[in-house]
Amino acid sequence: MSIRVENLVHIYDKGMPTEQLALDNISFTADDGQMIGIIGHTGSGKSTLLQHLNGLLKPESGRIIIGDTDITQPGVSMVQIRKKIGLVFQYPEYQLFEETAAKDVAFGPKNLGLSEEEINERVREAIELVGLDYEEIKDRSPFELSGGQKRRVAIAGVVAMRPEVLILDEPTAGLDPKAHRDVLTMVEEVHRRTGNITILVSHNMADIARLCDKVVVIDSGKLVTAGTPYEVFSKKEELRNVGLELPPVTQFTETLREKGIDIEDTILDTDKAAQQIAAYLQRKAK
Amino acid sequence: MIRDITIGQYFPGNSVIHRLDPRVKIIATLLFIIELFIVDNFLGFAVAGVCLGIVIAVSGVPLGYIVRGLKPIIIILLFTFTLNMFMIDGHILWQWGFLKITTEGLRTAVFMAIRLILLIIGSSMLTLCTRPLSLTDGIERLLSPFKIIGVPAHEIAMMMTIALRFIPTLLEETDKIMKAQQARGADFETGSLIHRAKSLIPILVPLFVSAFRIAQDLAMAMEARCYRGGEQRTRMHEMKLKGRDYVAFLLLALFLAVIIIESILF
Repeated sequence: MSIRVENLVHIYDKGMPTEQLALDNISFTADDGQMIGIIGHTGSGKSTLLQHLNGLLKPESGRIIIGDTDITQPGVSMVQIRKKIGLVFQYPEYQLFEETAAKDVAFGPKNLGLSEEEINERVREAIELVGLDYEEIKDRSPFELSGGQKRRVAIAGVVAMRPEVLILDEPTAGLDPKAHRDVLTMVEEVHRRTGNITILVSHNMADIARLCDKVVVIDSGKLVTAGTPYEVFSKKEELRNVGLELPPVTQFTETLREKGIDIEDTILDTDKAAQQIAAYLQRKAK
Repeated sequence: MIRDITIGQYFPGNSVIHRLDPRVKIIATLLFIIELFIVDNFLGFAVAGVCLGIVIAVSGVPLGYIVRGLKPIIIILLFTFTLNMFMIDGHILWQWGFLKITTEGLRTAVFMAIRLILLIIGSSMLTLCTRPLSLTDGIERLLSPFKIIGVPAHEIAMMMTIALRFIPTLLEETDKIMKAQQARGADFETGSLIHRAKSLIPILVPLFVSAFRIAQDLAMAMEARCYRGGEQRTRMHEMKLKGRDYVAFLLLALFLAVIIIESILF
């Protein structure tokens, strides 16, 4: 399973005075088992891009090839696409509506037309996969759960459809630090267990640097750069120009380098930063 | 599809129509509506239509945008049209079993359809060319004489302001929820009527939850700023009638006179 996005263009309100070029010639690829990070400023076109990936929006031109299907072709069944691509929107807990958490998670699988047993099995699996206790939560109303739990139930609702590609639009927005960590660990766990492509949109550069195999940077609907976290975050000037920051640890080590402390450039994790600084101090002590 | 609803939306502009005092525009709209019900022949509609056309042309709102606003009422239009066409007795033009079309029926059907269309376009011109805030300010001022008999003018105006303010917010919310449920495989477009009605539940429940949440946040924000109703509130922009408003009144009086004379003569 792979995703190829080729020269994607999207225009909102075409022919209206409010016409707006939302995506301008976006191309990138994602391969099996990869975790892809998409970063960009608010209004850069990230959400528009995501909605194309599962057929909610149709592009003006360009192609999106998932596996061996070009989903921009007319006549491709939307049900088929949504079976393959699971999209978790921002603040997904606002889409909860059923009487019980289990029923809500079952909504997606039910729409796929699966059998009763299959649905039950998937619901149980998905709820446990997002780190909740199935027995404890299944009969509770989704509205009486805590914020973090609601979000997990909502994500489980998409995971239960067993998509081959899981897309999450800022899954940790508005959560407290603990819930933030928990949800990310959960995303990592789901990604590892299913071995599928996961696409993660986030404003948190530390998360992106730590989790993703590949980072795509978008600004005003244009692709700025794409590559490994190291490749992307070493283009500091370009990132600054589009209003994006480096991960905190990288900011720290880059400041040290500016002060003339001789350590490696673009360090993306704290352990490595600590090692480098320790090594520098030892060198200096000698 | 949900974004096509233009009734009650404001179309930004800086035409004379936009700049008129909201009170003038409200009164004009009310008179226009009353006239539509006085008129009993096609000539009167022609006059009203031409006047409305001039207003639209002056306002600079694209005609296509206004016509799109008619989409949601097409069903009501078709319904009244068919009902009128078949239900009224008279000279029979065409008959099939118990269904018959009469000249009178056809005339009434067309007549009512024109009246409805003019009514909708006329009243949507008011909201298209008036900022919601000045619209409710206007209503408040027009209602304020009735405060003596206990009409809560300020509260009514406030409620309308809030309702108008949140139409786009709730539309956006609906759009988001629909997309989220579609991403979970929900299908709103196909299936029987009952199936489709049922498929609305996954939209309506979250929408109501959101609406209550928004209302609560708003109430909290208003209380935090010590809002306590209309007593002794002053405003930043006092409404004052200007030259163009008096001209508008004159034109309105002229229009009224023409319609009345027309319906007496014909």
